[in-house]
Amino acid sequence: MYRYDEFDQRLVDQRVAQFRDQVARRLSGELTEDEFKPLRLMNGLYLQLHAYMLRVAIPYGTLSSRQLHQLAHIARRYDRGFAHFTTRQNIQYNWPRLEDTPDILAELASVEMHAIQTSGNCIRNTTADQYAGVAADEVEDPRIHAEVIRQWSTLHPEFSFLPRKFKIAVTGAQHDRAAIRVHDIGLVIRRDANANVGFEVVVGGGLGRTPMVGKTIREFLPKQYLLSYLEAILRVYNQLGRRDNKYKARVKILVHETGVEEFTEMVETEWRHIRDGAIDLPAEEVARIRAYFAAPDYQTLSAAPPEYTAKLAADPTFADWVRTNIAAHKVPGYAIVNISLKPIGGIPGDATADQMDAIADLAALYSDREIRVTHEQNLVLPYVRQTDLYLLWQELRRQGLATANLNLISDIIACPGLDYCALANARSIPVAQQISERFADLKRQHDIGELRLKISGCINACGHHHVGNIGILGVDRRGEEYYQITLGGTPDEQAAIGTIVGPAFASDQVVDAVETIVDTYVGQRQDGELFIDTYRRIGNAPFKESLYGNH
Amino acid sequence: MAIIKHSQVVEDPWTTVTAVDDPLPSNDQPVIVSLARWQADRAALIARRSPLGLRLSSAESPAVVADDLAYFELFALEFPAFTDGRAYSHARLLRERYGYSGEIRAVGHVLRDQLIFMRRCGFDAFEVPRSGDAAAALAQFQAALSEIDVWYQTAPDAQTPVFARRQHMSEAFLNGTAG
Ligand code: SF4
Repeated sequence: MYRYDEFDQRLVDQRVAQFRDQVARRLSGELTEDEFKPLRLMNGLYLQLHAYMLRVAIPYGTLSSRQLHQLAHIARRYDRGFAHFTTRQNIQYNWPRLEDTPDILAELASVEMHAIQTSGNCIRNTTADQYAGVAADEVEDPRIHAEVIRQWSTLHPEFSFLPRKFKIAVTGAQHDRAAIRVHDIGLVIRRDANANVGFEVVVGGGLGRTPMVGKTIREFLPKQYLLSYLEAILRVYNQLGRRDNKYKARVKILVHETGVEEFTEMVETEWRHIRDGAIDLPAEEVARIRAYFAAPDYQTLSAAPPEYTAKLAADPTFADWVRTNIAAHKVPGYAIVNISLKPIGGIPGDATADQMDAIADLAALYSDREIRVTHEQNLVLPYVRQTDLYLLWQELRRQGLATANLNLISDIIACPGLDYCALANARSIPVAQQISERFADLKRQHDIGELRLKISGCINACGHHHVGNIGILGVDRRGEEYYQITLGGTPDEQAAIGTIVGPAFASDQVVDAVETIVDTYVGQRQDGELFIDTYRRIGNAPFKESLYGNH
Repeated sequence: MAIIKHSQVVEDPWTTVTAVDDPLPSNDQPVIVSLARWQADRAALIARRSPLGLRLSSAESPAVVADDLAYFELFALEFPAFTDGRAYSHARLLRERYGYSGEIRAVGHVLRDQLIFMRRCGFDAFEVPRSGDAAAALAQFQAALSEIDVWYQTAPDAQTPVFARRQHMSEAFLNGTAG
């Protein structure tokens, strides 16, 4: 993975010193909270319902064992012994003290991490496919380009005060695991007819109050032009994006109101001015970055070795876990391991310091010291030999980390909701916990099959409910927590926004409603259909009928 | 308001006239006018033969006066709030697209913690509240500008972006001149 050189390190060190000074000015009273607010937000420090919250960037979701150990240490020393992985592949601490935050940032800087641009109206942490570099269906490793974007977007002098926050996601694979079509910019690495590598550029996706699927504004951008093209998009957006209404300020609204053709034309015109200037990186610099993402030293192994298949046959619990949580690796004899952070009844995305340490140790033993964070709030060990899977699984079990539910109904995305978030209408976490408990029986979950359930505590949609096969949105009804359900959303290459099924449910009805929806699907499905297939075939009506029919 | 320019607090010789019908100062006085005034009064303003500046709101792109740049010795670009970042793009366009080399002054809600971005984008003069003594204001200003000296991007200021510094280092290394 990428390692800082002296320049990268100097920047984060200077940033720590700058923030230390700002916090000192705040604590001494020289700065008011109002004056301090934009400064702390530039460093990912939010003021939540009960305390400050610090959001730390995990660029494109890639961590080393050393970094994860440090995150565990910070959780223990400065927080309450746990932390929360977010849908943007970041990590949040919910209880830091203001006076400790400069030290936390310094501890992060010592392992090449930071909290720069994890909040504010700037270019946020760039996310990528969690299977980068190991997926069989990949054209090129998206992390190379995500790192190029990380550097370019860090303290960008022109784009630090955009109309609104700005999120970029990159995938190099056919199957989109990074939800790129619901980002401000989504990049898909592709080959053209002559086998040149470049990007399909998708702009204007997003969730929130006005959910939209992004539009392709360029089918193929030769990859050497990545930064100049991004700069052109951002420059158009910075000048023309709406600043009169924060709900209309995202680039999706500009694309929508301008029309995709005209927007594209503006970007292309701007790009023609700057495309052969000095913005794009020289090939040697890209090669330097690329070298950090070289594959580990794979051994020549046979696929599905007998000692592994024997364990599969002998231990059905292990086999269940393998069936859901292991993805195919591009190298024979290796596996991609998904560690679910969704234990039955647990808080989605939370991990204790001990668990983080354990995972970091396991990654050092079995996965070339590397861990990935997924936007579904799980973790991935990308380079595990199949012969090591059984031992690894036993270790994970000991830590309560072997829940065999990846992509099943209890693998829920949930935002922090009213338990933490000042903007929330309703709680998300207890709803996720109750649903998870209702479907605790793994056999039943496996029978239901792949089903993405996502929960947001308000219309800001941090829990991605719009693109859940079942989406749950917390709404406020005369001071009561209610939950509106949408069906049929998907975040992948066939991205779709879910449709509201009917009136919202009270908090004591919402779990029953989910079960009714699931039962309706099970009753209607035809051979081998997933929930989403059945939904696409039969539509909202049968679900509506079973939910509200006798009212 | 005080003006910081070239790392000094300077007296501001300019008068600003924004309304279309406000009187102009006497003929030899430098004056900054709004875009509306410029468009309404173009010929008369050119005929004055004294230094002329143009003040643009954050909604007004310098593109509209791209052909008239030779008339202006100064651009005053407005930040109605520090969160309105349009003028960063406008300053870069002036410097990089249109090759403008006169003064570009940041006016409005100009805060210490944004100065470093402004300077990178081509601003070389800053309107700051006249509070306390000039020396203290200047010291703050200098401190703010020296907090970060590593930049990844190209911009119209004199800073060398990191990728070029890296290249330079590896060339020096290959040539045996690294010290
Ligand atoms: S969706 Fe709303 S409630 Fe949930 S974290 Fe985001 S802002 Fe807070």
